[in-house]
Amino acid sequence: NKVELPPPPECVCVKLSGPASLPAEDISTNSNGPKQDSLFDDDPEDLFAEATEEVSLDSPERDVLLSDGPSPAITPITPPCSLITPHIDMFTHCSFDEIEEEEGGDSFDMHISVSDPEKVGDGMNAYMAYKVSTKTSMSLFRSQDFSVKRRFSDFLGLHSKLASKYLHIGYIVPPAPEKSIVGMTKVKVGKEDQSSNEFVEKRRSALERYLMRTVKHPTLLKDPDVLQFLESSELPRAVSTQALSSAGILRMVNKAAEAVNKMTIKMNESDAWFEEKQQHFDNLDLQLRKLHASVESLVCHRRELSVNTALFAKSAAMLGNSEDHTALSRALSQLAEVEEKIDQLHQDQANADFYCFSELLGDYVRLITAVKGVFDHRMKTWQKWQDGQILLQKKREAEAKLQFNNKPEKLQQAKDEMRELEGKVQQGERDFELISKTIRKEVSRFEKERVKDFKTIIIKYLESLVQTQQKVKNIIIIIFSISY
Amino acid sequence: MQEGLDDGPDFLSEEDRGPRAVNVDLQTDATLQVDISDALSERDKVKFTVHTKSTLPNFKQNEFSVVRQHEEFIWLHDSFVENEEYAGYIIPPAPPRPDFDASREKLQKLGEGEGSMTKEEFTKMKQELEAEYLAIFKKTVAMHEVFLCRVAAHPVLRKDLNFHVFLEYNQDLSVRGKNKKEKLEDFFKNVVKSADGVLVAGVKDVDDFFEHEKTFLLEYHNRVKDASAKSDRMIRSHKNAADDINRIASSLYTLGTQDSTDLCKLVKVSVAALQKIESRVAADEDLKLADLLKYYLRESQAAKDLLYRRSRALVDYENANKALDKARAKNRDVLQAETSQQLCCHKFEKISESAKQELIDFKTRRVAAFRKNLVELAELELKHAKVTMT
Repeated sequence: NKVELPPPPECVCVKLSGPASLPAEDISTNSNGPKQDSLFDDDPEDLFAEATEEVSLDSPERDVLLSDGPSPAITPITPPCSLITPHIDMFTHCSFDEIEEEEGGDSFDMHISVSDPEKVGDGMNAYMAYKVSTKTSMSLFRSQDFSVKRRFSDFLGLHSKLASKYLHIGYIVPPAPEKSIVGMTKVKVGKEDQSSNEFVEKRRSALERYLMRTVKHPTLLKDPDVLQFLESSELPRAVSTQALSSAGILRMVNKAAEAVNKMTIKMNESDAWFEEKQQHFDNLDLQLRKLHASVESLVCHRRELSVNTALFAKSAAMLGNSEDHTALSRALSQLAEVEEKIDQLHQDQANADFYCFSELLGDYVRLITAVKGVFDHRMKTWQKWQDGQILLQKKREAEAKLQFNNKPEKLQQAKDEMRELEGKVQQGERDFELISKTIRKEVSRFEKERVKDFKTIIIKYLESLVQTQQKVKNIIIIIFSISY
Repeated sequence: MQEGLDDGPDFLSEEDRGPRAVNVDLQTDATLQVDISDALSERDKVKFTVHTKSTLPNFKQNEFSVVRQHEEFIWLHDSFVENEEYAGYIIPPAPPRPDFDASREKLQKLGEGEGSMTKEEFTKMKQELEAEYLAIFKKTVAMHEVFLCRVAAHPVLRKDLNFHVFLEYNQDLSVRGKNKKEKLEDFFKNVVKSADGVLVAGVKDVDDFFEHEKTFLLEYHNRVKDASAKSDRMIRSHKNAADDINRIASSLYTLGTQDSTDLCKLVKVSVAALQKIESRVAADEDLKLADLLKYYLRESQAAKDLLYRRSRALVDYENANKALDKARAKNRDVLQAETSQQLCCHKFEKISESAKQELIDFKTRRVAAFRKNLVELAELELKHAKVTMT
């Protein structure tokens, strides 16, 4: 591990993710610990009960130490070490959660599927329309089972609406799948080949994942835009998502400006939680990107391997044919060929699984970018607040000067301005507190989701690996018996 | 790197000697046993210690060793090829040059990129590279040994004087590699030979056996070449995939140290195992399949050469016959024509005789080798599948 870790602190807060009924074991001296535990344990709602708080551990041995408690499963997340400083906002944070959790009494039962890609239109104006079907028992929706037709730009439009509404107050809005001019052009032009089919399939599953992630977020689910997207049959065309539109270019310029801004904001971070989380996400980002690159390269090489194996099998078969002196020789060559065929099957299977893994990793790389964006927004809010404060200070000085110089009319004006400013500063502070609170919640939700997602896919991969190995083994046994 | 390589002797001596003679099925004959007991890899060359055990009277001792380099093997092979007496035999193909360049390059790249990787990644990659180097090293030793064993097993070639000198002469044979001029000469000779080969191939053979062999060998040679190339590509892809899995394993490891859930640990372990398997499968396939095919590529080329020489002799014989007839008709130089015809006839018959035997031997050897290797390959794959299951 390249990261240089500071020496571990003495105080450690452990959070367990297990069934809600278990008592949360809290070994820490941290004051806000118990309050949070009891709160989360009260709630039967699966979504909110499990909060995995981070542990400042830097070696696996400590896992063993801490697991001597009554709970069966400890899932500590280990970021670089730091102390969790008590923060006054934690109390208000708790009460906010209380309200949220009561609202979420509706059990999360919703399943969205994106299917039936069809090509609508012709030539360069063609597009793929996808059927978005929703099955749910939630009271939020008009019916239990409905579907609509949407195109890709509709998805992008939804994302941009949600982003403009929620990103700056600290919600992690899942990013939409990326535009791909090359891929779409091939589809538009009408090439019905392997790669364009693959592209459509890739896009379809990415859109499905995107929608599922969006609705899993309790706040986003209730957003009227989301509801409209899922339910209404006609949707106004989102023109501003076109790649070469003026809005697109404006977006790019804004992004560049923001990047420059980010470098200049030097935030005085009072809350260590945020600092370590930021670092945690930076690390995670780096590693996921690396992993993603490796997995993609593996998928590519595996494909190459299956192609080459097929070629070799043919070649071996021909070799066997030319050995017409000995029937045995021929049998052996055929053996080699069959064996290669299995190998190829095996490769294809493994390839498919790694491919899913690679897609998931890609999603998470983008998600983490969104998370980092949220952190950046927090910084901006802080900046605004600070700027307001500085301005207020200046005005105060100006007022004092005026008072000293005894200019009543200007004084009144100054006083009014100051009052306004004070109000703004207070609002800025409130905004900042709010965004910090929201981010904390979001991050813990995000971490939980991430662990769940990765678990699922890894289990799936291992299962299929076992299956294919079994098949391969069976076939090899058969071959063996033939050869003897 | 030199220190690591000088471990060569240790590895070889404790290594299981059995699978070395993978490609040929030879009877071990007590009268003359040759093997490579030791090998040392220096900067640019490899030094083989050739160890001979013999009960033949023409050797001074019963058991002795000499140190030889690759060039000396090539010299021996060429001396066989150039010797007219051996025209009727399949000359065992020369061992390929020891080629560590690719490995060396990779090692260099690794050294340069040392700063950008974590300590564990670096050590892991270094280990792998060293293993690869060792594998290439073992392979080249095996190739040289196979060559010597084939010569020793051949009833006529084993009696060759050059061979005995090669085995016994303590000093350096001062054989230099061919310089540019000689290489150019060789190149031209080859061109002429292949042109000639085409001409000669057109001649229909009287003997059915040989005609059949000719067509068979031609086809076989081409297909072996094709299969060899494809298997190389396949193995390269396999190696690439194994490298990727390596990288994935190390990324997962670093990721896992952050998120130390049990599942992550399981994933780490399984991916590590998978990676080991993949690279081992690639290595095994390489050894059993690719080497086999490459060797038979060279052998079938040697067999083709034999047939070519025979056809050449046949053409010469027929030409001599025609010349004799012409001479008889003109009644000039009849004696000369007669002797040359006799010579050609004699040569041709000698070649045909030995060639027949040689080709039959070749077939037997080939079938046995293929069978052995394919069975071994299947066994290994089964073993791997079992391991992955667990």
